[in-house]
Amino acid sequence: MTIAFRSRPQQISAVDSRRVNPPQVRPRSLIPYVVMGTLFGIILVKSEVVSWYRIQEMFRFESFHMYGVLGSAFFTAFISLQVLKRVKLNSRTGEPIALPPKALGRGYRYWIGGSIFGIGWALSGACPGPLFALVGSGITVYLMTAITALLGTWTYGYFRPVLPH
Amino acid sequence: MLELLSRPWPWYVAGPLIGLFVPALLVIGNKPLGLSGSLRALCAAAAPGNVEFFKYDWKRSAAWNVAFAVGILLGGVIAATVLGVTSPAISAHARDAIAGLGMGNQVTGLAPASVFSWHALLTLRGATCVLLGGFLVGFGASYAGGCTSGHGITGLASLQLASLIALIAIFAGGLFATFVLMPLIF
Repeated sequence: MTIAFRSRPQQISAVDSRRVNPPQVRPRSLIPYVVMGTLFGIILVKSEVVSWYRIQEMFRFESFHMYGVLGSAFFTAFISLQVLKRVKLNSRTGEPIALPPKALGRGYRYWIGGSIFGIGWALSGACPGPLFALVGSGITVYLMTAITALLGTWTYGYFRPVLPH
Repeated sequence: MLELLSRPWPWYVAGPLIGLFVPALLVIGNKPLGLSGSLRALCAAAAPGNVEFFKYDWKRSAAWNVAFAVGILLGGVIAATVLGVTSPAISAHARDAIAGLGMGNQVTGLAPASVFSWHALLTLRGATCVLLGGFLVGFGASYAGGCTSGHGITGLASLQLASLIALIAIFAGGLFATFVLMPLIF
C-alpha cells in the first residue's frame, strides 16, 4: 500500500496539468452516481426514514428508530473516515480523498438556516434526499414540495447578499 | 429473500448502510454525501436569473449530485414497485397526537393521505405541509449549506463544529414546528 501510494504524486500532477482546460463532464461518468443514488433511495424508503409519520415520531421522542438510523449512519461514516485517513487512499479520480470543510464563520447561517430547515422538515416530512424518493415511491404530490423547495433555494440565492452568514 | 427485503428494514441495517455511502462516494469520485447541492444545481440549470449564487459551473461541480438525486427517485420507484411501501408501525402515543392534529388516526402508507394528496393541496394543512414545508426545506438547507445528510451525517462524521450547530438548530426547528406551530394553526 505504501509503495503504491509513493508512486502516486506523479500521476496526480499529470492529471492536474490536464485540468488547466478540463473536458466537459461526460454523461457516462455520471452512471455510478445514478446507481449509488438508486441504492440510497431504496434504503430510504424501506427503512421508512422518508416517512412523515416516522419524523413526527422522532420529534415527539416516541421511538428510537430515526435516532438509531441517524446515529449508526454517523458512527459508520465516522469509523470509515478514520480508516480512509489512515490508509491514505486516493479517490478513483486520482486525487487524494478530502472532504471540503464547512467554514464556521460567525455561525449565523447554521443557526438560522438550520432552524428554518428543521421547521420545513417537520412540516413536510421530507428533506432534500427523501423528497426525490417520495416522488418515486408514488406520492406524486411531493412533486409540489420539490418545486417549492427549488423556489426556496432560489429565494435564498436571491437574498444571499443581505442575509447574515 | 424478497419477502425479507419487503418488510421494513430495521435501523441497525439501514443506518450502517447509509453511513457507508460517505466512504463509497469519496472513493468513487471524491464527493461528499449531501443533497442540498442538487437543489442549487437544479436552480442554476433551470433559472439562474441574474443571481450570483447560481452563476457557477454546476455541470462540472454538481452534475454528480443531480445524477445521485435522479438515482434516489429511481430507487423510490423500485422500492415501491418491487419491494412495496410499508406503513410505519408508530407508537400509539404518536398516533394519538397526529390524530389530535386532525390528520387521521389510521397510519396507511408513508405520509397521511388526508394532507399529502393532490385534493388536499389547497387546504390549510395541505398547503402548510406540502407547499410551505418544501419552501422552508429548500431555503433552510441552502442557507445552512447542508441538510440532514450533508450536515447530519457527512459533516458530523468529519467532526465539523458547523455541522453540530446546524444539527442542533435543525432539531430545535423541528421541535418548534411539532409542539408550537402545528398545534397552533391546525
